[in-house]
Amino acid sequence: MKRQIPLLITFFVGTLLIISVFVPPLGDLERDFTLFFDIIAVFAFFLGGGNLLRIHLMKLANRRKDWGFSAVTVSGFLFMLAIGLFKVGNPGGIAEAVDAEGSWFKVMFDNVINPLQSTMYSLLAFFVASASYRAFRAKNREATMLLIAAFIILLGRTPLGVMLTGWIPEWMSVAQIPNLAVWIMNSPNLAGQRAIMIGISLGVIATSLRLILGVERSYLGGDSD
Amino acid sequence: MSRTAVIVFAGVVALFVVSWMVKAMVLADVSETNIVDAFMVTVAAFLTLAIYSFLYKDNPYYKFAEHLFVGVSAAFWMVQGFWTTIVGNLLPRLSEGLATWFQQPYQGGGYDLGVFVFPYSIMYWIPVILGSLLLMRLSPQGGWLSRWPLALIVGTTAGLNFVRYLRSDFIVQVAATFVPLFGRDPHPWQGFGHFFSNLDLSASGQFVALLSNWVIFIGVFCGLIYFFFSKEHTGAFGKASRVGIWILMITFGASFGYTVMGRISLLVGRLTFLFRDWLGLIS
Amino acid sequence: MTNIGVILTLIVIFGGLLWLLVRSISGREVDRRIIFLFIFVSVAAPIIFQITFKERATPVVEALFANIDGLPAGSKVLISFDFDPAMAPEVQPMANAMSRHCLEKGHKIVFMSLWATGQSLMTTTLSRVILPEFPEKVNGVDYVNVGYKAGNEGVLNVIVSDFKKMFPTDVNGVPLDSTQLFRDIRSCADLDLIIALGGGRPGPKEWVLFVGDPADVPVGVGVAAVVAPQLYPYFPQQIVGILGGVKGAAEYEQLLIATHDRFVDMETPGIDMMGPQTLAHVVIMAFIVIGNIAFFRSRSKGGSK
Repeated sequence: MKRQIPLLITFFVGTLLIISVFVPPLGDLERDFTLFFDIIAVFAFFLGGGNLLRIHLMKLANRRKDWGFSAVTVSGFLFMLAIGLFKVGNPGGIAEAVDAEGSWFKVMFDNVINPLQSTMYSLLAFFVASASYRAFRAKNREATMLLIAAFIILLGRTPLGVMLTGWIPEWMSVAQIPNLAVWIMNSPNLAGQRAIMIGISLGVIATSLRLILGVERSYLGGDSD
Repeated sequence: MSRTAVIVFAGVVALFVVSWMVKAMVLADVSETNIVDAFMVTVAAFLTLAIYSFLYKDNPYYKFAEHLFVGVSAAFWMVQGFWTTIVGNLLPRLSEGLATWFQQPYQGGGYDLGVFVFPYSIMYWIPVILGSLLLMRLSPQGGWLSRWPLALIVGTTAGLNFVRYLRSDFIVQVAATFVPLFGRDPHPWQGFGHFFSNLDLSASGQFVALLSNWVIFIGVFCGLIYFFFSKEHTGAFGKASRVGIWILMITFGASFGYTVMGRISLLVGRLTFLFRDWLGLIS
Repeated sequence: MTNIGVILTLIVIFGGLLWLLVRSISGREVDRRIIFLFIFVSVAAPIIFQITFKERATPVVEALFANIDGLPAGSKVLISFDFDPAMAPEVQPMANAMSRHCLEKGHKIVFMSLWATGQSLMTTTLSRVILPEFPEKVNGVDYVNVGYKAGNEGVLNVIVSDFKKMFPTDVNGVPLDSTQLFRDIRSCADLDLIIALGGGRPGPKEWVLFVGDPADVPVGVGVAAVVAPQLYPYFPQQIVGILGGVKGAAEYEQLLIATHDRFVDMETPGIDMMGPQTLAHVVIMAFIVIGNIAFFRSRSKGGSK
């Protein structure tokens, strides 16, 4: 019961979605099942939020280390949830988008989520720079090829490439750094990416089959029944 | 809190208030809601600086910003999911009353089984039940029930990916690798004599076009050989695998170049915000 | 002022790099915060002194531009905002430029999103670009914003054959059946072009796999630089053009300005960002060179760095 029914569901839905590609009359059923998937995805958001709340409330209740920051998470979560669910400050009615201009929800997005997330990721600019200085070494032929390709792209994707090699005549214009960068992207990069893509696709196809046929069961967890 | 921490905190609060007041005065001419606008811009700027303070070292201001981000982001996705998909797609199929209450068009009807129509108002309880079972994961006893919706998610993903990856990332990619190695439009092959007498290295010339096709064909082939681990990489196979590594190294070099570019762009975006929207240093 | 600023910046940066070189060669440690400071200065100074360059479009960008430019007026274009604030500095300039281009050419636009954050960023594009710059365009006739739906590729798998099953209404609850734009659109197969903007999952790749290929609709992409190289195998068979990172946005803006008088004075965030981008690239390349010089020097001395 604990394992058989989930395996049956996976087999049924997976097979249906594959067969429906070849049997158009099954299209309606396919769309409905995909919509079920979309709706359950929202429940997964609820699960994520619930889990976050549970973890931080427990931390608060037990007064564990840094519990004050958990209070920040919980307050931020509840505040955002309240202004979103009740559409606080929304200029239109209940049907209007939750993030319409002027709503508190949009104000929070623009002035809290937006700066926090983009700044968090922009930190990587500093770490990439630090790694460039400390870690990228042309220790062997392969590493040197990587660095040369990176240099050509870095130069070729800025106006500096044109400034440095713009004087090279048209009959050998492939040697101009911007053109060289374009060539690298369109030829060796394309070849490498395609090899990786074909490899990944084979992996996805094999894994999908294993899941549908019930050979791969790790997603069910460890309990046996 | 140590004495230093209190002084720093007081300094941050004072700076915030001063920034807010100055910004409000600057915005007074252009906005009727200048006080609120100035407050929000100052909040955004201080949150930005709080994250950047991590570059110096880990500190409570960074932790505050980080924890706030986690909380508001989780709620953001929940709220968007609720209004767009639960209210937009589920409730109008379950009940006309709910559709009316949320001012959404009722989506009656059902799945036509030929003999009878299976109404949506019953059919769409399936995702509600499975979704509710997913929430059982939060309960220590009923966690196993969450496997049922998980099975639907896994089955759907596997079923969808199987055909799409096979078609777009395997069949089409393999087909696209068989490129003409001796020219095609706009450079049709006209013999070696013509090729060598018109040889040039222009970016759009015949030589570069041919070279590209050779690199693509051999590169994909050798790249795949490198990923083939069931045979030892020795002899001709090993040499091909070596070429595959070179192609992959150039690929990773290109990716590294683009990654640097992307990360710098994000920093430019944030500094532009600080200099333009907050400090008003640039127009 | 600008020239003095540029000269000062260059002196500070190249002087600093020289100091870094000497220090690295002599084998002394350099605090990571000094490296951070370099990057900050190399990005901040060109922003403050507003250093910009003229861009030359690459073939992948030209191809997408030509595709949009060549569509007859009234063509239906879907623009999907599948990104978040972390990608917005790179992708939002593309979104704005391509939305302008489509509306100027008389195309009808369907805005949608597979990311919850994308819907809010789409609202920003609509309120700050489309409404003020194209007041003559009518919601429901010239463009429709259908917003976000959860489900990633599940959403695509529905709209590829039945758009209104997934999106019965626009973002404000107006039934799509009542809009003029959706009179002739049943599924994605009825669209003339899809522009997928993003860089994560779901994103442009999923649009190719789940909609572009099965429905045989041309897909153009605008992506964050990090994922751009991964999409080249799809060009030109499965993708009509690629805008990669802020450079792609800058090239598109340059093409738009060069070909449409109306946009000569438009905001060009992509072009504006290329100044700091250039200097930062130079500094990072210098870091790699200096790091390698120090490495080889220490190795030739028998060091174990």
